[in-house]
Parts: sequence; structure tokens; C-alpha cells
Amino acid sequence: MTMHVRKLLTVVTEAGLERRLVEDLRQLGARGWTITDARGQGHRGKRALDWEYEGNIRLEVVCEESLAERLASYFREHYYQDYAMILFMQDVEVLRPEKF
Amino acid sequence: MGTLDPVVLFFLLGIVAGVARSELRLPPAVYEFVSLILLLAIGMKGGVQLATQPLGALLFDSLLVILMGLLLPLLAFPLLRIGGLPRADAASLAAHYGSVSVGTFAVALSYLLEVGLEHEPFLPLFVVLLEVPAIFVGIMLARGGNGRTRWGELSREVLLGKSVVLLLGGLLIGWIAGPAGLAGIDGLFFDLFKGVLAIFLLEMGLIASRHLDGALRHGPFLLAWGVLAPPVMAVIGLGFATLMGLSTGGAVLLGTLAASASYIAAPAAIRSAVPEANPALSLTASLAITFPFNIFLGIPLYHWMANHWLGG
Repeated sequence: MTMHVRKLLTVVTEAGLERRLVEDLRQLGARGWTITDARGQGHRGKRALDWEYEGNIRLEVVCEESLAERLASYFREHYYQDYAMILFMQDVEVLRPEKF
Repeated sequence: MGTLDPVVLFFLLGIVAGVARSELRLPPAVYEFVSLILLLAIGMKGGVQLATQPLGALLFDSLLVILMGLLLPLLAFPLLRIGGLPRADAASLAAHYGSVSVGTFAVALSYLLEVGLEHEPFLPLFVVLLEVPAIFVGIMLARGGNGRTRWGELSREVLLGKSVVLLLGGLLIGWIAGPAGLAGIDGLFFDLFKGVLAIFLLEMGLIASRHLDGALRHGPFLLAWGVLAPPVMAVIGLGFATLMGLSTGGAVLLGTLAASASYIAAPAAIRSAVPEANPALSLTASLAITFPFNIFLGIPLYHWMANHWLGG
């Protein structure tokens, strides 16, 4: 079984940004992503899920390295200053490279 | 001063349970559900009664209400700047306090029922008209004429927000159906109104309890603002009520609307349009200071003021 290496980009940020991020992903050419509700604590404060605009989301995109880097720098440029956001990347192995 | 409405005791229970770190938690879906019933019920109740009224005279009053929605944030903003707040934060608070809280309005409706005061049927329409203008004024104050704001997308977000859609939708349904048409569903929306409001207030108490430490951390100015701004704004609301010739009950509702601060529509819109404003500051002020102030002391106080000044 041959595995192919791709990047997994994970973004944890405010739930209120979801629509804008999805729009960005489309514009920048991502082909698929997964969004889940998240909660936790960071230096911008505790994020409980039970109040509509305080919740967090975790956005995951598996894609080519070049796209992952484009997305990361776009998010940093547009959201890091004013919104609670972290992102990280890691290598993952996928079975069907044409999907990502 | 009027009697204490028992529903506000549920808010107190929520605060106490939250502060004591009780296990009590309501599932988010329950909060969503009860707020949906409240919004639809308030809209439908207004709509049913509007069906029996001529609508022409309403236009002038509606314009006055929109004018009030534009005026409140414009008055609040310079005061907040004098208080030492940065431009973005002052604009954000101005937007929150110019806009309205449907939860506070619901408590005022319940209060009027409790003390047996009638009010004009079109007040729920005023809730919708007051919710939106202040948010746009706040955003313009924050931008100060420069910077880009995506007005199109923002308008869509604000005008199609949950509360506007449900209140207006309820108004239309009530208006079209009329009292007879709603006979089958009034059990859920009208008979259960106070019970649903009690559950809503319990959850509001739990939410507010999580913001109490913030209310203390942000210092005396925010505390003073959260308690002093509402009565001043209520006076403006009562002034507009006099201009419109509202009854005492209607005046109490309009005063309460002017005094209340948004904690749903404004936070979402401001977060996306004025991201440099500190969201915790406005939410803490409206949710943990002004909301409790209004439901415990404010509404009876505005009733008292309306009685004295309007000679009710």
C-alpha cells in the first residue's frame, strides 16, 4: 500500500470567523476541510462553548504543502492581530493523493 | 414602585448557582429553544393586535423610534471617550447600548402583566427598529470615516440575524393569522410565556455569573457606566414616548428598550466589523452589569418615572 505525504493544517479560532474562513478557503483553492466545535483556554482567555459568540472552532485542511503555506500566511496576515487564533502544520500520509 | 416579578428570581438562582460553581448547566439547545419561543411569542402578540389597528399613524412613530436608535449611540460615544476608552471600545459600547435587549424587553412585558398595565400593540415592532441602527452608527464611529467596512455582507448579517427574523416573522404570522387563526398554537406561545421566560432567565443568570469577575476587573468606570447609562437613556426613551403620546405601559416599554443593551446582535456584528475593540468589555457591561440592573431595579424605576412625568 503506497502512502503519499501531504500537510495537515490545523487552525483553532473564534467560532464567529467560520463563515469568513470558509470563504477564504474557497478563494485560495482548498478542496476540502473539516470544522469541529472546540473549547479550551489560551492567553486570550477561556473559551466556553455555551455562549454563541464565545465558542471556538477547529478547522482542519489536508492539502499540498504550497497551499498549506499560502493559507497559513493569509490567515496570519488577516486575523492574527485582532482575533484569537493559533495554527500549526504537520505531515500526514494519505491514500488518495488526488483528493488533496 | 411595583412588585418584584417572580421570574427575575430565576435569574438570581442562575447567578447564585453559577457563582457557587454548581453542576447546573443547561444544554445550549435549550437556551436556543426558549429564546426562539420568546422571540416568536413577542412578535406574534404584537402582530395579532396590529391586525385590528390602522397602520398609517404607525409610520411617524416608527421614524421617531429609528431616530432614537441613531441618537443614543451618538450621545453615548463622546461620554465614553471622556471616560478614557479607546475609540474602538467606545464605539463598540455605544453600539451595544444604542441597540436593544429582547430579554430585557420580555421581562418588562412580564412586569406589565404583573402590575396590570396595558401597552400599545406595536411595541414589538419598535424592538426590531431599534436593534439595527445603533450597530451601524457604532461601526461608523469606530471607523471615523476611514478604513474599509464590508457593508453589504455586514447588512446581511445584521438584518438576517436570528432576532430580527424571528420577531418580524412572528409579527407577520400574527398579523396574517389574527387572534382566531392562532387559537391552536397560543397555548405554547402565550400561556407558557412566563414559564419559558423563567427558564431563559435561569440560563441568563448562569451566563452572567461567568462574566462577573470581568465586571470587577474592568474597573469602576465600566461599573458606573453599566448602572448610570441605562436610567439616563430611559429618560430619553420616555421623552420619545411623550412625543408619540404613548400610554404609561407603552412608555415603560420604550424607556426599557432605550435603557437596555444588546448582548446578541451587537457583539456578533461588532466582532466582525470592529475586531480591534475588546469584545469582553462590551459583553461584560451589557450582560453582567446592565441586564441585571434593568431587570431588578431599572424596570420598576422606569415605571415610577413614567408615572411621575407622564402623570399616568
